[in-house]
Amino acid sequence: MSDHKTMTLTLIVWRQKSATDPGKFETYTAKNITSHHSFLEMLDCVNEDLINADKEPIVFDHDCREGICGMCSQVINGKPHGGQERTTVCQLHMRKFKDGDTIYIEPWRARAFPIVKDLIVDRAALDTIIQAGGYTSCHTGGVPDGNAVMIPKPIAEEATDAAECIGCGACVAGCPNGAAMLFTGAKVSQLALLPQGRPEAAARVLKMTAAASECGFGNCSNHYECGAVCPKGVDVKFIARMNREFIKAQFA
Amino acid sequence: MILDGKCPTGPIEKSWDKHRFDLKLVNPSNKRKYNIIMVGTGLAGAAAAASLGELGYNVQAFCYQDSPRRAHSIAAQGGINAAKNYPSDGDSIMRLMYDTVKGGDFRAREADVWRLSQVSNNIIDQCVAQGVPFARDYAGYLDNRSFGGAQVSRTFYSRGLTGQQLLLGAYSALSRQIKAGTVQMYNRREMLDLVVVDGVARGITVRNLITGELESYAADAVCLATGGYVNVFYLSTNAKGCSVTANWAAAKKGAFFANPCYTQIHPTCIPQAGEYQSKLTLMSESLRNDGRIWVPKKKEDVGKLPSQIPDADRDYYLERKYPSFGNLAPRDISSRSAKEACDAGLGVGPGGRGVYLDFEDSIKRLSEDTIRERYGNLFEMYEKITDENGYKRPMRIYPAPHYAMGGLWVDYNLMSNVPGLFVLGEANFSVHGANRLGASALMQGLSDGYFVIPYTIGGYLVTVKPGEVKVDNTEFKKSVEDVKGKTNKLLNINGKKTVTEFHRELGKITWNDVGMARSKESLTDAIKKIPALRDEFWQNVKVTGSGADLNQQLENAGRVADFLEFGELLARDALHREESCGGHFRVEHQLADGEAKRNDADFSYVGAWEFKGNDKEPELHKEPLKFETIHLAVRSYK
Ligand SMILES: Cc1cc2nc3c(=O)[nH]c(=O)nc-3n(C[C@H](O)[C@H](O)[C@H](O)COP(=O)(O)OP(=O)(O)OC[C@H]3O[C@@H](n4cnc5c(N)ncnc54)[C@H](O)[C@@H]3O)c2cc1C
Ligand code: FES
Repeated sequence: MSDHKTMTLTLIVWRQKSATDPGKFETYTAKNITSHHSFLEMLDCVNEDLINADKEPIVFDHDCREGICGMCSQVINGKPHGGQERTTVCQLHMRKFKDGDTIYIEPWRARAFPIVKDLIVDRAALDTIIQAGGYTSCHTGGVPDGNAVMIPKPIAEEATDAAECIGCGACVAGCPNGAAMLFTGAKVSQLALLPQGRPEAAARVLKMTAAASECGFGNCSNHYECGAVCPKGVDVKFIARMNREFIKAQFA
Repeated sequence: MILDGKCPTGPIEKSWDKHRFDLKLVNPSNKRKYNIIMVGTGLAGAAAAASLGELGYNVQAFCYQDSPRRAHSIAAQGGINAAKNYPSDGDSIMRLMYDTVKGGDFRAREADVWRLSQVSNNIIDQCVAQGVPFARDYAGYLDNRSFGGAQVSRTFYSRGLTGQQLLLGAYSALSRQIKAGTVQMYNRREMLDLVVVDGVARGITVRNLITGELESYAADAVCLATGGYVNVFYLSTNAKGCSVTANWAAAKKGAFFANPCYTQIHPTCIPQAGEYQSKLTLMSESLRNDGRIWVPKKKEDVGKLPSQIPDADRDYYLERKYPSFGNLAPRDISSRSAKEACDAGLGVGPGGRGVYLDFEDSIKRLSEDTIRERYGNLFEMYEKITDENGYKRPMRIYPAPHYAMGGLWVDYNLMSNVPGLFVLGEANFSVHGANRLGASALMQGLSDGYFVIPYTIGGYLVTVKPGEVKVDNTEFKKSVEDVKGKTNKLLNINGKKTVTEFHRELGKITWNDVGMARSKESLTDAIKKIPALRDEFWQNVKVTGSGADLNQQLENAGRVADFLEFGELLARDALHREESCGGHFRVEHQLADGEAKRNDADFSYVGAWEFKGNDKEPELHKEPLKFETIHLAVRSYK
């Protein structure tokens, strides 16, 4: 275990009062931070200092603080989630920083994600994409036994790889075009891989990609930044799979 | 008052089928005339909202996150139980029921547990149909693992992501209904009050967390699926936003709170590293399938590297004390044993608050790759938090507050004592008794949501005229005024301590006095300290900002204010229950070997509390429990 030395850091944080406020960077000091603080715990400490100084604390989305709910969403030093491989902001620990560092903290920036306040953005567009077809249209009840349809293990595993997406939107924030291809591709692929999702595969990919364009997400021009910043390591191959499904669907 | 759970009578095997047949049905063309409010869209709420919407009801659903996909159900790792008996290892609906009743230390209702066990199999089928990618074996069949408190392998899983995959399944079903227009989804809304008109639940008051506006919603029935309350301990495995607020609002409007003292402390969590810590992270109990738990036998060894302590000097205390269940002893027992070892000065790591969970033998037996395939994401998570490699040296774990078996009292139809108010999932008290077995909460949430409420709510709705009460009713206005008053009060105290400071202090009291081991003395003390802290909070809390926009301090202040009231009830319930059972351990009531000593003669009942005001003692109502199928016995895992 590493030692408990403390650090002092300079934070340059995006503050924006509301969706219409132009917003600006403000500078704060984080003091007495140990290597065991998580990034969000470091921000908690800064917020406690701000409150005690009668200032409004920085608002940011977070909930589970264990890397699974997809709520936390910050661009740290230019990288969504801070750039540590397979790590969400809430799992990032201060041992990755050193005493005296300056850290830039910004919200997700994308056309389809309007800023709500400070570091919080509106990601409703991701729900809209799922609502367009990210499901199998089965009813509650009246379905066959779970073992009635066998699924080869490698297929189940690959579907799970796609299903690991936590819907945080880092892929969109990381993409120069603000595209949601990895997010959409992951859901399309998960369901296209599984026999239960096949019957609606063609309609699904058409509806979901159309919804993504309507929501203002951009197009893919193969930068693959999305895959690099995805905290769950969702593979960009799922974009290719979606494209194949899309082409098949157009001829279906 | 003696409460009646309205359980069906007759042979247990037929009880749910018979009840379903006896329930009145709502005519299909009438369903769309009924409005149903669903507060919470975790496993229970999303499953229920989707199923009710599909049946044709008008559903208005609410959650505090920015999307229903983020409810804390997402964090469940290990798995979900079902009595499929696919491995042919002796499982059956009756055995699942037996394990659950026994696991709950004979403090649950038999009929509810039977129903849960019966529909468990439908849940798996449902999830598979939705495209939930459960683990498969090489032949392509569904795979199973074992969980604590069971000697059969009945847990279905998807890597260490079972909750995420099940929730995304329910979320996809919900999304389909949102698109179809049967469910109206309200994100970033927090329910702050229940509106009761002439004794019947008719709606809710919510805060729009973006604009700060207070909004009223009316319906013919209100369902709460708002999760558990263990953040009353401050540090827990729950998400930061989990609260008792919705449940407590209902309690203050007359809904009885059942068994609040039944809280589960999970044995395998990552120990706390410092004061600043904001939450504790669970390592799935499934790790106990392959990990061996031990502490050094000798105090002088606790500071040594684990590799320097030879096998002979290690105490594999669960294997020693519970040879037939070993490392898979139920949670309450495992947690208490860890505490005992640490209290005896044998704990490892910072502050001596940790025990080892060691994979060395399994890695030798199965290979590191196999272990990685089974638990890779858990090892990764452990390393991110602790900076230690669990493949190379044993993990350190310590118990942490995790789950609330207690909750709002409901009858067999999941309706509370307030007509029109239904409670689902972790928010109700129903099936787990005094201790929940692993992989049973996901099962309960989905059972309540997919397979119980869609039937039972109809039985209530046929008795009410749709749309009778609207938001222009004075009770709605009064409720909004009350919430506004409380909000303004919080914003105007402008004291010296932050909300988090108060929450931490409350957590210290609850954890030390109402935690894993409770005594008359500690509980009496808590009942003095909590109201004192509450008084201080209302004099000295500092909440910045305004009520007219997004204000996380204000959100949190409201939640902590409720915990400061509810915490007292938790302590009172624990004090009144003069026995040890499941997660409720009273040091005065133990057997010679330190095991929990139940008192069936005096306490074989559900304790449901009626709120009477903060300055008055709550009133206890009892629902006697009968054990006709599974006979009362001392719970032994030896
Ligand atoms: C880390 C962890 C691991 C677990 N692992 C397992 C496991 O392996 N197997 C198992 O069976 N169980 C497990 N459990 C337990 C299980 O996950 C939960 O008990 C279960 O998911 C709870 O589901 P729920 O639908 O009742 O509540 P939740 O999923 O907590 O949902 C609550 C919902 O209510 C909403 N809400 C709450 N309050 C308000 C309010 N005031 N206003 C508006 N909305 C509100 C939230 O937004 C959310 O939508 C685990 C729990 C944790 C914490
Ligand atoms: S807070 Fe849940 S993923 Fe970060």
